[in-house]
Amino acid sequence: MRPNRDILFGAVVFVLIAVVGFIRPSFVWPQNLAGLFNDTSVLIMLALAQMTVILTKCIDLSVAANIALTGVLVALVNAAFPGVPVPLIMLLAAGIGLVLGAFNGAMVWLVGIPSIVVTLGTLSIYRGLAFVASGGTSIVGHQMSPEFLALPRAEFLGLPMMSWFAIVVIAIFAVAIRGTRTGRAFYAAGGNPTAAVYTGIDVGRTQFIAFCVSGTVAGFCGYLWATRFSIANVDMANGFELDVIASCVIGGVSISGGIGTVAGAVLGAIFFGVVRNALPVVYISPFWQLAVSGAAILAAVIVNSGREKRAGRLILKEAASA
Amino acid sequence: MKFLKSLAIGSALALAFAVSPASAANVKIALLVKNLGNGFFDAAAKGANEAAKELGNVDIIYTGPAKPTPEGQIDIINQLVAQGVNAIAVSANDADALVPALKKAMERGVTVISFDSGVSKDGRQMNLLASATQLIGDQNLKMASDLLNGQKGDVAILSASSTATNQNAWIEVMKKDAGMFPNVNLVDTVYGDDNDDKSLAEAKGLIQKYPNLKVIIAPTTVGIRQASVVVEDQKLVGKVFVTGLGLPSEMITHVKSGASPSFALWNPIDLGYAATTIAYNLATKKETATAGGELSMGKLGKVKLDDDLSGPMAPPFVFNASNIDEFSKVY
Repeated sequence: MRPNRDILFGAVVFVLIAVVGFIRPSFVWPQNLAGLFNDTSVLIMLALAQMTVILTKCIDLSVAANIALTGVLVALVNAAFPGVPVPLIMLLAAGIGLVLGAFNGAMVWLVGIPSIVVTLGTLSIYRGLAFVASGGTSIVGHQMSPEFLALPRAEFLGLPMMSWFAIVVIAIFAVAIRGTRTGRAFYAAGGNPTAAVYTGIDVGRTQFIAFCVSGTVAGFCGYLWATRFSIANVDMANGFELDVIASCVIGGVSISGGIGTVAGAVLGAIFFGVVRNALPVVYISPFWQLAVSGAAILAAVIVNSGREKRAGRLILKEAASA
Repeated sequence: MKFLKSLAIGSALALAFAVSPASAANVKIALLVKNLGNGFFDAAAKGANEAAKELGNVDIIYTGPAKPTPEGQIDIINQLVAQGVNAIAVSANDADALVPALKKAMERGVTVISFDSGVSKDGRQMNLLASATQLIGDQNLKMASDLLNGQKGDVAILSASSTATNQNAWIEVMKKDAGMFPNVNLVDTVYGDDNDDKSLAEAKGLIQKYPNLKVIIAPTTVGIRQASVVVEDQKLVGKVFVTGLGLPSEMITHVKSGASPSFALWNPIDLGYAATTIAYNLATKKETATAGGELSMGKLGKVKLDDDLSGPMAPPFVFNASNIDEFSKVY
């Protein structure tokens, strides 16, 4: 059933792009579509990480705050020590993100607090720390080193590195989610926690790993965000966690855990990116844009939840006839 | 019952006296800004502290919400009144939403003025404009016209939020006065909500929608910065120019790259200085704001008030390659 759903949703995204392209042909120029993918890169990576968490029946509301804190910290490091090589900065960003994610995971696993409560708390904590670290001011482009700003923009085979990062992350998730024991444990831990325990999966530990994954990706995106907008401050990625969760939900990741695919999450993020980037281009009044993008999300979710129910019935029928 | 009531009133009065401004030796002036972490307002606070030093017996409370919302500012106004400040100088996120809270503050004896982004007449004693709306609108058009270099071209506006008082007033002037610059063809106004992500998407949208777009006017610090980033990323430097109002420290890279050869702003340090001086003079009853009257801004001279009790500080100042290095160090 799953591949069909992703193909169908892929078709919906294709039709959406085609419709916008019909209204405004310049939107579907290859160069612009590549730009669109580049603009959606961060959302794609975060959607995949968020999917991992949601699969285990948890949610991570702190990703945007993680971006702000990590972004501010690495920008400060770069401003103070411009000589530190960029790959090291990227590792540092991912490392800070990992620590922040591990803290969320530990609270869920060891302390047993529901993830929505934990991450609602750390959302404020991380953003508060970003404010303290930056002193409430912005670290702007000319304070950062040229190398720091240039790397995600540097082109390789015609695509900016930012897009390549997204492609690599997609590839890693595609292999790891289906092909590794831990990857399959995410589905088991969220799909049927009781059964998972009987098969020897530590549900809490699996959730902890999911939060570590989410934090690491968010931290890495903190660096990308700072360079893409060439500014780092407490307002970075404000409210972006909702875009990320919306992308997952649009892409068919079940908020009750256990259901979701890499292709679905990627398509969900692209759908969201197309809607956001297309609305300014087609003739939609700026005053209607928010309502229109909200309606598009709701429509996608209704279509998805309908399909989820049908899939359930079908399995029952097969089981009955077997 | 009656005893309880009088007890309650008595203790309320006692409390009111305890926090009443009269008990404080220094004049407490709150600089309530749109949001913290904003370079422009940090510079204004610098000016406010400068004025406080000159005046001697002034404490500056520099505050604002984390996000630029009227709700956040209303909460802070109520807290400031409870703290017993003598004066509030506010840059409003919404001209009307703050009025009830500020009215209540004035009823409690607090001097209220607005600066930078004004409050409706009922909610303040005077409004200090950084510059005159007319001058700012015209300055933006003039910069756009100069960037077109005599040729005719499409010009679009990237604003902040659709409810921002000052932005909308400047845009009105630009629409009205566009005829004075025949080579400027105003085609559209979009809103980036002072959000990096949305401003970037809107700037990209403009470039796609108008193939003949030559200039983007962004009269907002976030918008002008993100529009410049788009022009650089899409390798359109020299084809599409960005101008408007921005912070020299944030724009220096974009002036040097050529994406935004010139832009304007007033001096926020002076603005904070002037707002503090005016608030001090009004709070200490040295001066009163009257229509047609003048108020002292200390070393900056005098501001003349119109019927709306508003007055401009100075005309906006243009930054370009010749002076950006110097000013980017200031703010």
